[in-house]
Amino acid sequence: MVLAIEPMKKYPWRLNNLHVKHGVMNAAVELLREKIPFVQSMCQAIGHSIINVVQALGSITMFVLQTLRHCLTPPIFIKHVLRQFIDIGYYSLPVVGMTALFTGMVLALQSYTGFSRFNAESAIASVVALSITRELSPVLAGLMVAGRVGAAIAAEIGTMRVTEQIDALSTLSVNPTKYLVVPRVIAGTIMLPILVLIGDIIGVYGGYIVSTHVLGFSSGSYLYQTWQVLENMDIISGLVKAAAFGFLVTLMGCYHGYNSGRGAQGVGRATTNAVVTASILILIFNYLLTQVFFS
Amino acid sequence: MTIRNKIEMRNVFKSFGTKHVLQGINLDIPVGSSMVIIGGSGTGKSVMLKCVLGLIQADKGSIKVDGQEMIGSSTRAREEMMKKFGMLFQGGALFDSLPVWYNVAFGLIHGKDMGKKDARILAIEKLESVGMGEAIADLYPAELSGGMQKRVALARAIATNPEIIFFDEPTTGLDPIMADVINELIGKCVKNLGATALTITHDMASAKKIADHIAMIHEGKIVWTGPVEDLEKSGNPYVDQFIHGRADGPITDPQSNLLKSA
Ligand SMILES: Nc1ncnc2c1ncn2[C@@H]1O[C@H](COP(=O)(O)OP(=O)(O)OP(=O)(O)O)[C@@H](O)[C@H]1O
Ligand SMILES: [Mg+2]
Repeated sequence: MVLAIEPMKKYPWRLNNLHVKHGVMNAAVELLREKIPFVQSMCQAIGHSIINVVQALGSITMFVLQTLRHCLTPPIFIKHVLRQFIDIGYYSLPVVGMTALFTGMVLALQSYTGFSRFNAESAIASVVALSITRELSPVLAGLMVAGRVGAAIAAEIGTMRVTEQIDALSTLSVNPTKYLVVPRVIAGTIMLPILVLIGDIIGVYGGYIVSTHVLGFSSGSYLYQTWQVLENMDIISGLVKAAAFGFLVTLMGCYHGYNSGRGAQGVGRATTNAVVTASILILIFNYLLTQVFFS
Repeated sequence: MTIRNKIEMRNVFKSFGTKHVLQGINLDIPVGSSMVIIGGSGTGKSVMLKCVLGLIQADKGSIKVDGQEMIGSSTRAREEMMKKFGMLFQGGALFDSLPVWYNVAFGLIHGKDMGKKDARILAIEKLESVGMGEAIADLYPAELSGGMQKRVALARAIATNPEIIFFDEPTTGLDPIMADVINELIGKCVKNLGATALTITHDMASAKKIADHIAMIHEGKIVWTGPVEDLEKSGNPYVDQFIHGRADGPITDPQSNLLKSA
């Protein structure tokens, strides 16, 4: 075995007669031993990232539990909740409205190409109404709000962390979770469904505009068809999704801001992470909730 | 049994990764006394204060406040304990989204459930005691100079008349006259209100003025502690080097090289 090492170093991939003598197993062991540093560091890297993921999951879970506990125990900073209603809800209206409008319009246009051979008029109305209320309005509103609100929350709370304002809150007998996190999470969970409801209406209206003005369908039958195809469940499922997304977006913003690293770089990373994790979670939960509702 | 020490630290350890900041701190702070901590930059003075406050979790050891163990205590117990504390952060840590008066009144409004009107009046009184007044009450912290921010932060720390006050470099960045006003204010808090004060400072004149006791921290340990009268004749080489600002002596870690080149 010892003899085998020398030639192995030069040509570790080549088997020579020494290897044959000592058996292929030994050769393999030697080969492995040579590669040990590499294998070790690979295992280490894998181990590290697994530990990191588990750790992150644990700390997010703790964060959620703590937030929920503080949501349910007084005092609630009502004024802060109201301010967040404005910040998260009202100021997101333009971006959510525009997204819904143009999505509805392009849906009508695109499905016309596909359905023009069939009964286009009724098909377009159904496609627009169903896909807007069930999927597109909640998901796109969620993603838009993740970019607008999630980032802002992470930056704001992260800056407070870095400048020790969060520590200062604790020394002034105010629980930072209660003061900073709870109002934002409550506002996000309540406001996103409202935004999505408005988005539903605007989106359907977008489809209606294109159908009647561009494609030349009759407005009466389009509206009638929309009314016919929509069921309560379509809208409700969209709103439930929206509430979940609002919770996720604000939670991720708060979590990453709260645990922000040091300095401007730390805040920057917190902001990026907040938007990325919120967006991915929105897509994952969208699938899961769809499965719960429609299977 | 009467508790003689407001704060007792025993063998407190804290590391950040491989950086061993606190390496067995032992320190007693008697009730109603004014303790000043001196020590080189980056030796862990601020970290020590934050460990007592529970803002940083100490790795090992025991920290007792009023005889009650802080390390490993429940969140609720710690929140209750916080009501006794006031803290001036080294960087001020003012809430930049709130006006100055609200910053000062914050502990009164949220911690002591005081009405906003009364809290504002009290806040302005406190601002006056640090040499400012109503004129800046409605400004935002970002509109103040660094020294003014420091004084607002000081006013905030003492606004609730806490039993224990931590001052992290209260006079850094102030002009000598204002520094003396602050020194006197800290003295007043201890003598008139019976508070226990723990002050970090690099300013030896100010240290001699406000301290009953002085402790020196070096390489994560308290290397000397004693009454302020003994400071000059401590016989401790670290203390001698530090208070005279000498370049050569036992303190040779990289941070104090700055001191050498100055
Ligand atoms: N959150 C943290 N993460 C990692 N390291 C830290 C953290 N806080 C402090 N440190 C390190 O601990 C050491 C002590 O820091 P500390 O702020 O207590 O110094 P200090 O004695 O207050 O110095 P100064 O007189 O300059 O304020 C420093 O080397 C710092 O880098
Ligand atoms: Mg410090």
